[in-house]
Amino acid sequence: MQLETIIGLEIHIQLSTASKMFCSCSNAGEDLPVNTTVCPICLGHPGTLPTINHQAVELGAKLALALGCKIQLVSEFARKNYFYPDLPKGYQISQFDKPLAKNGQVEIVWLSDKQIVSKQVGIERLHLEEDAAKNFHFQDKTLVDYNRGGTPLAEIVTQPDFRSAEEARVFLQELQKVARYLEVSQADMEKGHLRCDANISLRPLGEVRLYPKTEIKNLNSFKAVEKALKYEQIRQTELWQGGQGPKFSSTRGWSEAKGETTEQRDKEESADYRYFPEPDLPPLVLSEDQVEEWQARLGELPQARSKRFMAEYGLGFAESKIVTDDKMVAEFFEQAVSEGREWLTTLESVTGSKEEIWRNNGRKLVKLIYDWLVSEVFKHLNAAGLSLSESKLTPENFAEFVALVYEGKINSSAAQIILQEMFTTGEDPAWIMKDKDLGMVDNLADLADLVVGIIQTNPEQVSQYQSGKTNLIKYFVGLAMKESNGKANPEILTKLFTDHLSSK
Amino acid sequence: MEWLTIKQVQNGLQNKDFSCTELTNFYLQKIDQQKNLNAFVSTAPASALAQARSVDEKISRREILSGLEGTPGSIKDLILVKGLRATAGSKILENYQAAYDATVVDRLKKSGMIILGKNNCDEFAMGSSNETSAWGPTLNPWNITKVPGGSSGGSAAAVAADLGVFSLGTDTGGSIRQPASFCGVVGLKPTYGRVSRFGLMAMTSSLDQAGPLTRSVEDAAIIFQVISGTDDYDATCVSRDHEDYSANLAKPIKGLRLGLPKEYWQTGLNAEVKTILEQAVNKYRELGAEIVEVDLPHTAYALAVYYIIMPAEVSSNLARFDGIRYGRSSQTAKNLWEVYAQSRAEGFGSEAKRRIMMGTYVLSAGYQNQYYLQARKVQKVIEQEYAEVFKKVDALLTPTSPTSAFGLGEKVNDPLTMYLSDIYTVSANIAGLCGISIPAGLTAGRLPVGLQILGAPWTESKILNLAYQFEQATIHHSQHP
Repeated sequence: MQLETIIGLEIHIQLSTASKMFCSCSNAGEDLPVNTTVCPICLGHPGTLPTINHQAVELGAKLALALGCKIQLVSEFARKNYFYPDLPKGYQISQFDKPLAKNGQVEIVWLSDKQIVSKQVGIERLHLEEDAAKNFHFQDKTLVDYNRGGTPLAEIVTQPDFRSAEEARVFLQELQKVARYLEVSQADMEKGHLRCDANISLRPLGEVRLYPKTEIKNLNSFKAVEKALKYEQIRQTELWQGGQGPKFSSTRGWSEAKGETTEQRDKEESADYRYFPEPDLPPLVLSEDQVEEWQARLGELPQARSKRFMAEYGLGFAESKIVTDDKMVAEFFEQAVSEGREWLTTLESVTGSKEEIWRNNGRKLVKLIYDWLVSEVFKHLNAAGLSLSESKLTPENFAEFVALVYEGKINSSAAQIILQEMFTTGEDPAWIMKDKDLGMVDNLADLADLVVGIIQTNPEQVSQYQSGKTNLIKYFVGLAMKESNGKANPEILTKLFTDHLSSK
Repeated sequence: MEWLTIKQVQNGLQNKDFSCTELTNFYLQKIDQQKNLNAFVSTAPASALAQARSVDEKISRREILSGLEGTPGSIKDLILVKGLRATAGSKILENYQAAYDATVVDRLKKSGMIILGKNNCDEFAMGSSNETSAWGPTLNPWNITKVPGGSSGGSAAAVAADLGVFSLGTDTGGSIRQPASFCGVVGLKPTYGRVSRFGLMAMTSSLDQAGPLTRSVEDAAIIFQVISGTDDYDATCVSRDHEDYSANLAKPIKGLRLGLPKEYWQTGLNAEVKTILEQAVNKYRELGAEIVEVDLPHTAYALAVYYIIMPAEVSSNLARFDGIRYGRSSQTAKNLWEVYAQSRAEGFGSEAKRRIMMGTYVLSAGYQNQYYLQARKVQKVIEQEYAEVFKKVDALLTPTSPTSAFGLGEKVNDPLTMYLSDIYTVSANIAGLCGISIPAGLTAGRLPVGLQILGAPWTESKILNLAYQFEQATIHHSQHP
């Protein structure tokens, strides 16, 4: 029997607002001492009332718009009633039958076996709610940190549109990127900013009905999502092949250590949350104009930017993805390219209109910018544990640096030194080049003297060369480079050595 | 210094007939002397006297008093006053100290009120007789074998017994008006959304409103003026123009049309109460109002609607009392479940438990449609029906309660009969109206009877005007226990 996998995701994203969802407490409690960002409201003291954080509404709505959802001009908060120590009021204020946004559609595009594949994923809804506090379980007690309690959350429910664990993982990564582009959340899975429960079931290929699903909880990384779903896919396949798929819906927890899912005792399934409209909050009413304004201010989303970079700068799919995954990197790259483009037109060696110059030389420049960015700059960033915006490197200086390389004013070893210096001091590359005397020596007369000197002091190698060991040319060039402190132009050196040695 | 109104207090202070310290001591002593009434669950003599002294200093500097400066009063224990115990009449909050001031309290304090203490009330405002309080019932100052009404029974008794100039109560289904009626004082329930609920322990969030209990209509208008208006901490307290509620009190009411809803004057209404109230209606005729009979056929369902919506919200609102962060936490609990179950079993009284169970039931999957959602639909119908009637009349005249104060213990074991004592008051909450109960006379047994005036939403000025004109034309308000 051929089986089809059906996966849907429920995702919670913490919104990076200044204050909490329903009170004015700071939303930065994650980094602060326990139980310091709390007040009578988020501790559920008697008599307190919630008020809606409009920044949270804006961030939630922007995320919904970016996922192609339709914003509901009238939405409603509801109480989800259950007892737990991390829930001070005995109910969570959430949205139930009137969510903030519905019916979205997102395209995911990724490389699968070196093929570019894409898929449409339906979004059922996005709603706003408050996060619970954090429980810390010890052997003999449980302690609660209420700093997190009341953090604004957007809950996103997808349609059961995924057919593989890989698709689900790709979607989550895309969602993270979108959230970061919009600056609505840091969306760090390890830190719990982005949390995911995955629902999975199988069915015989060709059937349309859905079979009892398994909900997998405790997925704290993209890898965990993919691994747990793959594990569950195999487990359920075996059940089907053994005669029958799961009979009932169930909840299973993912254990990273064991690499398996295990059945959890299920409070959820039997719970009756007794949802009813939150009487302390009037319906949330938004105007058409407001929604349009948010839509207009979304900016370019990661996928659109990636496609544009491919078209505009001739990057390949994977290359474009690398520079657009992070909004800051994409902006840095694009600024550097734009600076470089200006600089190209000032060169004496090129002629024609700006467009012609770009058409003829742009590809090479972009390639240099890309290569130096992705190999060297990223290496420096990783080593220093910094992000681009935290480093001293500016796109202007970086473009100027690439221009020096492009023009052959510095050779690659000098370039390494200059880039390192730019990182530590933030200085202008031309200035560093002069200051450290790293400019490439390509004066023929000077280099010829150097070559002659080396030939005179290495007679043994010269005769070996002349008797056919021509790859000693590298040895000679290396000596010359060393003697010139790395500044000599290696291409010219090679030519000079070849000429001098053959004329002997 | 007896039976003073706010203006009399300020005139007396300003004229140095008495000092604020003397006045405050006078009330504190009376509260102490009449402890048997059990109208207060706690007093705050130190802060009250300190405040009184600063008023006296102000007077000695010949400064003019404004607002409520120098006016001693009390606050229902359901409402939070920073630093004072707030028990809401419940054992589960026996040692709970308020961490902040309710918005209404903040406004009263800023206006200069001197807080004498906190008034006894039914547990979490759930009751019509003050007998569900964990601290024992309040007694009716007119007859201590009778209940004061509820849930703001301690407030009404305190005002009736002159244990302060006024008290602040709350009204969810009649909890200001019914005790006002039983104790012969004025009680105003503002339109839902007029007064901030921030700092009121929620019983039924969609119906609760705070309001004054006073010995005069003018005082009710003054207190209402201070406490009303939008609040950033309460999203349901909606923006409305802030009128001068005292400005219209003296306006003649000649030509106003007043409706007598048939449904309020028929079966179930005690004959003696009916006679007294018919005389009140006649007084309005004499004052030039036009009296017409109106129909409100769906009002009969208001009590049924109330007893679904109210417990539904109660079951959710009382969930926070879980023994985890504050309040009573069972000392014998051995696991989380027992912390919940035992703390709540020990802390809540039987009426609270009854309503939590009813509310949990009507919200449950499979029952929510036929109970909670159905009740919300009927609520809309009732609201609409009142809106139609208020197109034809300026206000409605009704009894506040079917009887005068009943005996202690008389109904406490019969919840259904107890619930019926709110039958004339709940509609105002269900339909979002404003209402006021004013003294309309005494029964042969010298128990007060209240007349209720109901107004369309946001027409407090109009019902205060009607109440004031009646008060000025009668002597009922000047009769005391």
